[in-house]
Amino acid sequence: MEERRITVTVNGEPRSVDVEPRMLLAHFLREVLGLTGTHIGCDTTNCGVCTVLFDGLPAKSCTMFAVMADGHDVMTVEGLGLSSELHPIQEGFREEHGLQCGFCTPGMMMACKALLDENINPTEEDVRWALAGNLCRCTGYQNIVKSALWAAEKMRSEAGAFSR
Amino acid sequence: MAQALDEIKIGGLGSSRKRVEDDRFLRGKGNYIDDFKLPNMVHMEILRSPLAHARIKSIDTSKAWQMPGVHMVLTGEMAAQHNLAWMPTLSYDTQAVLATDKVRFQGQEIACVVADDPYIAKDGCEAIVVEYDPLPPIVNPYQAVAEGAPIIRDDKEGQSDNICYRWEVGDREGTERAFAQADLVSKLELHYPRSHPSPIECCGSIADYNAATAKLTVYMTTQAPHIIRAAVAIVAELPEHMIRIISPDLGGGFGNKVPVYPGYVCSILCSILLTRPVKWIEDKTGNLISTHYARDIYYKGELALRRDGKILAVRFHCDSDNGAFFSDAQPTKFKLGLIHSAFAAYDIPFGYMTAQGAYTNKAPGGVAYRCSFRVTEAMFFQERAIQAAADDLGMDQAAFRRLNLVKDHQFPFRTPYGFLLDSGQYEKCLDVALNAIGYDDFLREKEEARAQGRRLGIGLSTMTEPLGAGNSREYDILGIKMFDAAELRVHPSGKAILKIGSKTQGQGHETTFAQIVAHELGIPAADILVQHGDTDNTPFGMGTYASRSTPVAGAATAMVSRKVRAKARKLAAHLLEVSEEDVEWELGRFYVRGAPNNGVSIQECAMAAYGNMPDGMEPGLENNAYYDPPNMTWPFAAYIVTVEVDPETGVWDVLRMVAVDDCGVRINPMIVEGQIMGGMTEAYAMANMQFITYDADGNCVGSNYMDYLLPTAWETPGFELHEVVTPSPHHPIGAKGVGECATVGGPAAFVNAVMNAIDDTGVRNIDMPLLPDRVWEALKYRRDVSGMPPVKSDAG
Repeated sequence: MEERRITVTVNGEPRSVDVEPRMLLAHFLREVLGLTGTHIGCDTTNCGVCTVLFDGLPAKSCTMFAVMADGHDVMTVEGLGLSSELHPIQEGFREEHGLQCGFCTPGMMMACKALLDENINPTEEDVRWALAGNLCRCTGYQNIVKSALWAAEKMRSEAGAFSR
Repeated sequence: MAQALDEIKIGGLGSSRKRVEDDRFLRGKGNYIDDFKLPNMVHMEILRSPLAHARIKSIDTSKAWQMPGVHMVLTGEMAAQHNLAWMPTLSYDTQAVLATDKVRFQGQEIACVVADDPYIAKDGCEAIVVEYDPLPPIVNPYQAVAEGAPIIRDDKEGQSDNICYRWEVGDREGTERAFAQADLVSKLELHYPRSHPSPIECCGSIADYNAATAKLTVYMTTQAPHIIRAAVAIVAELPEHMIRIISPDLGGGFGNKVPVYPGYVCSILCSILLTRPVKWIEDKTGNLISTHYARDIYYKGELALRRDGKILAVRFHCDSDNGAFFSDAQPTKFKLGLIHSAFAAYDIPFGYMTAQGAYTNKAPGGVAYRCSFRVTEAMFFQERAIQAAADDLGMDQAAFRRLNLVKDHQFPFRTPYGFLLDSGQYEKCLDVALNAIGYDDFLREKEEARAQGRRLGIGLSTMTEPLGAGNSREYDILGIKMFDAAELRVHPSGKAILKIGSKTQGQGHETTFAQIVAHELGIPAADILVQHGDTDNTPFGMGTYASRSTPVAGAATAMVSRKVRAKARKLAAHLLEVSEEDVEWELGRFYVRGAPNNGVSIQECAMAAYGNMPDGMEPGLENNAYYDPPNMTWPFAAYIVTVEVDPETGVWDVLRMVAVDDCGVRINPMIVEGQIMGGMTEAYAMANMQFITYDADGNCVGSNYMDYLLPTAWETPGFELHEVVTPSPHHPIGAKGVGECATVGGPAAFVNAVMNAIDDTGVRNIDMPLLPDRVWEALKYRRDVSGMPPVKSDAG
């Protein structure tokens, strides 16, 4: 099948690659760029384990074509923290035991990031609504919600420290 | 000079230490099956049957073979040449790997295409032309045994009906006598609907057959790698030492990743034929419609009651819908798992049960979905029957349970079906739950609300369950007895590696098993690496399911630690220059009796094992242990749910959910609570929305996440957790299984609550899930609501 050249900024780095027009964005990230932190679960946009930030908004990369990302900005879990230093959201999930098998975790954290970028002081209800597109079979969500609230608090205190 | 250690600080027993696994998962650096890429690897996709029951007239693969990038098109006929068109199941039946004669359920595997990438392999599947001759489909066990029903398993010699097993347990005559003396007999009929464990990650494998060495390495999504190795050796007729099974990080399992599936077998065969790595990654629909389902049992039961509330006897019959192949993953002796553990928590003198399984044109299985071999169904039937009996007697739910629960002084307690309960404080758990929910206050609130036309309800579920198979006397799978093993090696610097035969799917073994060693040896948990999931590098184990990891592999870990400690004691005596009898142990150190300041640490002993051992002592500090449990562990749980039902719509909301779990000693309380919350969410799911059914044509309803509803963060209620601790008397560290209790005991609490909210209607049962339309129908028409898949009226 004929390929098309696309340029996508992934985790801050522009990547120009030839892809088949039918290649899914999730496969592009995983197979072409080797960013396997973005998972694939259901193929029907329900489970959310493939959630990435697309121009800053949460998007399910298993039901988007890679060519749709041409000229756009994509952030995956690999861009969330540094290998040496975790992002507050990652810390929150560890501190509040917000993950078990870990399969939904990257998508869950990216959905959290989208929420906290918009609203750094969310209520429990805000968090539950923001995560309603991401399924988890292990944790029962209670600790995931706590993880997001933990991260929000940490991010608020960090923001406060900067503004002083 | 060494000092005694603070166990919590070193991450020992009772420490909520943060998880080791999180380091990689949080960074997106987990290693799940689809993350592996081997050199020269090709990709396999499966063509599945669109029909539930049909004879295959022809399969034309010629177009697929001609597609650029396609390397192989595998059919049942080709598999048969390698004796692999059929494979044995874990219940001594056979299952088709690729269909040759008929298709027997929608989604059954017909052919595989191997290609350069999964897209081309999918194209190849679409290019295969299959001609079918449709047959009448069978979608429930009553239709299966009706006169004139077509024989689904006409491949089996001597099979003249659709029955796959008959089974009975208990004392039939004694039970009959007890029923003759009853003041009242309480009866109940219901259906536990078909469900699917549905881990978010589907199944997959990468088979890598190396023709130069004749070694087969299979990376695959399995909860039981060692059993799989044995099964592959048998099925593929390969030498067991030349098979290596690697189970990488698993994106959940819940029982779904115990069995051997055709996809695994096909990837192995294709790799052998192509002599290159073949990767198969299942899609969600494939997972939901073809891999093992759970539940799907019809219960008819009765309790013999004395007027004062005492239960005299229990008698029940189960009809199970086993799908097209009898492939329950369960111990050999038990044809419907441990369904006869029903009513174990109650002191009932007599019990008798019968069961019958039927083949239907539905996906095969009967896997233990987050439970210990059918105990989820057992405890649901029990707790629904207990509520019905209390209602029939006009007794309070809690008082009826209190009267009949096994009392503390009765342990060990033999149930009428032959189990031996190890320990418990059932009444205490009930009291903690009743106090937490404010039982009496809620009953008053319910009455007041009812007067205003609002419907509140409260549901109880109290249950114990058998977790941690074996013992080996009674429990085996394919003739291999159920035990587990652990190997522990302490390095010269006092750091250690523990290798276990069980396999985590999110339970956190890498974290908690190190805590068991820390508890036994005083080596900080952070200094212990836990290795699992690779059959070439870990000792034998039966796998992780049925809540058996802590009860069995955890016990093996404690026992191997004690063996290592026994050798360390000899080294300590040598270092302290005293006789072994004069050496005392406290966490992390040995010291001279009567001179506590004169001691050596476990790390110093480790160094001595490699650099300063006494004359004649074998060097090194390591050992292994096989643990054959003397009994199951029997945790107890009391769950209480309050709900409000909207009489106009049938929608019900959870007001509160209280969970009291007694799982014995808790190794890592944070992880235990995480397990309980996760399990309770699956219980809520089954009560509220999650089920698989079939239409009269045998089409699977629930074949994708748009139809198969799983609860999200939005609708999942909050859970209030409490604990009681009764250590298991026979487990080395007093622990019991816990990961499945909430899934097992939880559903009845939700359903009982809704039934309690409509207790003035005369409705005895609404089958799960309690969808709004079902509750509305019960309220509107004052009748029971069945969830049995409907049969075509013109099919007779």
